[in-house]
Amino acid sequence: MTIEWGWFPDHADEMARLTADHLATAVPAVLLGLLIALPLAVLAHRVRPLRGFVLGASNILYTIPSLAFFVLLLPVTGLTRTTAIVGLTAYTLVVLVRNTVEGLDAVPAKAREASQAMGTRPLRTLLTVELPLALPVIMAGVRVATVMSISLVSVASYIGYGGLGQLFTDGFQRNYPTPVIAGVALTLLLALVADALLVTVQWLCTPWLRGTSRQRTSLRRKAA
Amino acid sequence: MLELLKNLASWLTSAAQWSGPEGIATRVLEHLEYSLLATLAAAVIALPIGLLIGHTGRGAFLAVNLSSFGRALPTVGLVTLVFLAGGLSVWPVYVSLVALAVPVIITNTYAGMAAVDPEVKDAAKGVGLRGRQVLWQVELPLALPLIMTGVRLATVQVVATATIAAYVSFGGLGRYVFDGLAQRDLVQVLGGAVLVAVLAVVADLALGGLTRLLFRGRPAAAR
Repeated sequence: MTIEWGWFPDHADEMARLTADHLATAVPAVLLGLLIALPLAVLAHRVRPLRGFVLGASNILYTIPSLAFFVLLLPVTGLTRTTAIVGLTAYTLVVLVRNTVEGLDAVPAKAREASQAMGTRPLRTLLTVELPLALPVIMAGVRVATVMSISLVSVASYIGYGGLGQLFTDGFQRNYPTPVIAGVALTLLLALVADALLVTVQWLCTPWLRGTSRQRTSLRRKAA
Repeated sequence: MLELLKNLASWLTSAAQWSGPEGIATRVLEHLEYSLLATLAAAVIALPIGLLIGHTGRGAFLAVNLSSFGRALPTVGLVTLVFLAGGLSVWPVYVSLVALAVPVIITNTYAGMAAVDPEVKDAAKGVGLRGRQVLWQVELPLALPLIMTGVRLATVQVVATATIAAYVSFGGLGRYVFDGLAQRDLVQVLGGAVLVAVLAVVADLALGGLTRLLFRGRPAAAR
């Protein structure tokens, strides 16, 4: 199998366009996933009987194959980007909900009690004490969800919104490996860069974790 | 919508659809064959590696990052690439599915081994067990629940992804999805998708049941 290096400069525009297209599907999916997962997880954390139901439901969503998921949505949302985004959102839920619940569970009861003792209302305690303390575990989930979504976008190329996945279909139909290699490499690179970016965001958002290296390791181990 | 569901129900229940070389029964068996062989091959490759990394503690960095890499690798791209490199054979299907399953099993096996309490290992050494005996008689049994979780996750992903076999012109339930997409036959596409989803759920439940059976005597915390 030979790579034609000349293909790359000739198709720089196309690669840039497809990368942007790829992100336009993956990023809204993760954001939408977070928007749904956070309240669900808070509910599952606070109301014990709901916990098993919420976690079980998100697990079942994960069992449905991605291609099948996009196809099952077709009658509802049609051949649109919405189908791809909704399908990916459903996938992010299993990781995001589980990690957020685990993160909230791991918040020391004393931190919550101290906040309540000072007369802070429950919602404010949640926003200013519990969620920030749970952030490392939540962010671990966001990282996994992001990497997974970026990889799965290519499956949506069957319905025409696959971003870099279009390069796979293109190479396959013309029996020409170079675009396929470019597509795989760019997807991996995109996932890697997004992951690194999220690590940076987390570092910026959690100044209290930048203590001694020993504290950091133990916190990171908990987050993982 | 209701019309579509009615058509789907009759597609799924018609006797003609279930028999013959193009029938659902044949496709399910093909799908199971790809999935089982791929998961088995992945387990044969991944379990020793995961156990070795967990037991020696060397290469932990690899085990942790491998899972991220595995999640980022687009399976459709991989199957296309192996197909273009090797031509028409069933290899691309197996290579892609094994590549999908190996990181999951390695990471979970390693995580299971890493979660074994060091004091338990010390105790085992204290009563005179050697390295290999500690691995087989203490670490492995304790790590088994997490290892099974990894195998279960990998199986679900492999069953779900085995639809790609049809992408490189082989059988399995993906046949209905891809043929249906090509023929603009939504009922056939949905039928295939529903069958794959059901198969994935059934495989997950079956492995879950097996795990519970294996750990029947264990305290709940170890399951």
